[in-house]
Amino acid sequence: MRSSNRKALLGLTLFLILFPVVAMNVTAIGHYLDIMIFVGIYCLINMGLSLLMGYAGQISLGHAAFFGLGAYTSGILCTKFSMSPWLAMVAGVGITGLVAYIVGVPSLKLKGHYLAMATLGFGVIVQIFFNEEVSLTGGPSGFSDIPGLSILGFSLDNDLCYYILVWFLVLLTLIFSLNVIHSRIGRALRSLHDSEVAADAMGVETSRYKIIIFVLSGVYASIAGSLYTHYVGFLSPSSFDFFLSIKLVMMVVVGGMHNIWGALLGTWLLTFLGYEWLHVFRDFDILVYGAILLGVVMFLPDGLVALVPRMSRVWKRG
Amino acid sequence: MTKITLTGQLIQYLFTGVTVGSIYAMVAVGFNIIYNVTDIINFAQGEFVMLGGLIMVFFTVTAKLPLPLAFVLTVAAVTGVGVLMERFTINPLKNASVLTMIIVTIAVSILFKGIAMFVWGKDPYIFPPFSGSKPLFFYGAAIQTQALWVLFMTAVMVVLMTIFYKKTRYGKAMLACADNPEAARLVGIKVNIMILISFALSAAIGAVAGAVITPISLMEYDRGALLALKGFGAAVLGGLGSFYGAVVAGIFLGIIESMCAGLVSSGYKDAVALILLLLVLYVRPSGLFGNVEASKIKEF
Repeated sequence: MRSSNRKALLGLTLFLILFPVVAMNVTAIGHYLDIMIFVGIYCLINMGLSLLMGYAGQISLGHAAFFGLGAYTSGILCTKFSMSPWLAMVAGVGITGLVAYIVGVPSLKLKGHYLAMATLGFGVIVQIFFNEEVSLTGGPSGFSDIPGLSILGFSLDNDLCYYILVWFLVLLTLIFSLNVIHSRIGRALRSLHDSEVAADAMGVETSRYKIIIFVLSGVYASIAGSLYTHYVGFLSPSSFDFFLSIKLVMMVVVGGMHNIWGALLGTWLLTFLGYEWLHVFRDFDILVYGAILLGVVMFLPDGLVALVPRMSRVWKRG
Repeated sequence: MTKITLTGQLIQYLFTGVTVGSIYAMVAVGFNIIYNVTDIINFAQGEFVMLGGLIMVFFTVTAKLPLPLAFVLTVAAVTGVGVLMERFTINPLKNASVLTMIIVTIAVSILFKGIAMFVWGKDPYIFPPFSGSKPLFFYGAAIQTQALWVLFMTAVMVVLMTIFYKKTRYGKAMLACADNPEAARLVGIKVNIMILISFALSAAIGAVAGAVITPISLMEYDRGALLALKGFGAAVLGGLGSFYGAVVAGIFLGIIESMCAGLVSSGYKDAVALILLLLVLYVRPSGLFGNVEASKIKEF
């Protein structure tokens, strides 16, 4: 692992340890712990999306579907078949991975706009499925009473425990993803992003790597979905609609899609905006989202994370 | 009250399908106009339809203008929106990657949706049909006169577009850009202007679609995305870039959807068009009427 990554990882870990200490002692931001859990859950999805978009250069406008598949598999298996939550999570990973593979093989043969529309279409189909299969999913009104998680009989029903669990998994996934980026697969992916034809000509099995990353990103989203289900305890199709897919892409792009740290930054910023700071705008948040996304793509194509080296240069000079 | 017969029902579904399909066809044609000149798929295409419908509601219901005037003003307003979109978001981003262009048009579509929600709120709106709400009866099927207007407008659009592409200088210049932008530039066609015109035209067609369908299906701020997705399905089915292909495929998609809603399951009606879209993309991305050779040359 490169030293800049190691430093950033250390910084993030320190922040994550200090955050609950501060948040739990300052009443005004006491509920930030709850929001940070959602940030963690979305970070899990977006690290996969960042690998797919920023490193492999493939877009997906259907990741809410994988998130939803994980969530619903966990929810249904735990309530209707009283399966253990951890086993259900593994089942979710299996099912979502399989679906991602089946959808990915033909979809990833498509490029650019075609791929975007195919994944968007897939996402909408899955949402219609959640809405219509009432006997299984509870239909538009969803279902509730999903049990929480516990480890070795120790229940994780308070926010702090769940915060630790979620962010522990985020850190593990982050380290894993950074290793993927700096491995043979990562180099192959970057070559894909620059020129698929050149990569092909050099003997890189482009289609295989694209599918591996697509399935991996689906699996990340599925785990996130399971964590979401057990935290919220309630599921309805509207939590997994196509606007969520777009918001996920937005988080990755706003943070900076060519950098996995950018995905984390964008997720953190937009989740806090959505859950907390945009309440001033009530229902008009979507207007602000559109403006932010447009502004970043047009004027800051490498995302907010590109500002970090610039700022540190100014800092050193000043 | 006439007795409901199976033939009557089938005619009813067929007619509903053709009506809705005409809207998909118009959205698909809008996609093609921009795609041909720029190689961009404009994800905000459905938003033009939504804006067309809602602005029409504003002019007819709120401003109480006479129908023809309201219609002209609506088309003009949405065309203006299309022009602004091109000038401020597409034009400044020369040589951007496909991924960036996708995200830009998505951002614009979210922005339009947000503005529409800001102005009109979340409720669906309607205005009275062009020529009364009394339906015509035809072999036991009740047909809204507004549906005839939808078909009429689609036909007008097809005729006008054909004349535009075949007879006018600008139309021919646009075809030249679609064929080979470099060569077009060399013979003195201003590709820049052609791109602007393509956005204006496709916004205008979207506005017409929105204005004629709203009395039948109502219109609200978040209708754009699904319309765009189905319109894209029609465009792909017909072969991306093919004008007549888009019209035929749009109507075909509408009929399939309506038959499925009536005879199989109304819940899965939206899924039908999308599953068809995925199948075509997977099996024959050049579309049913598209040219396989041509589709290989274009960058997607």
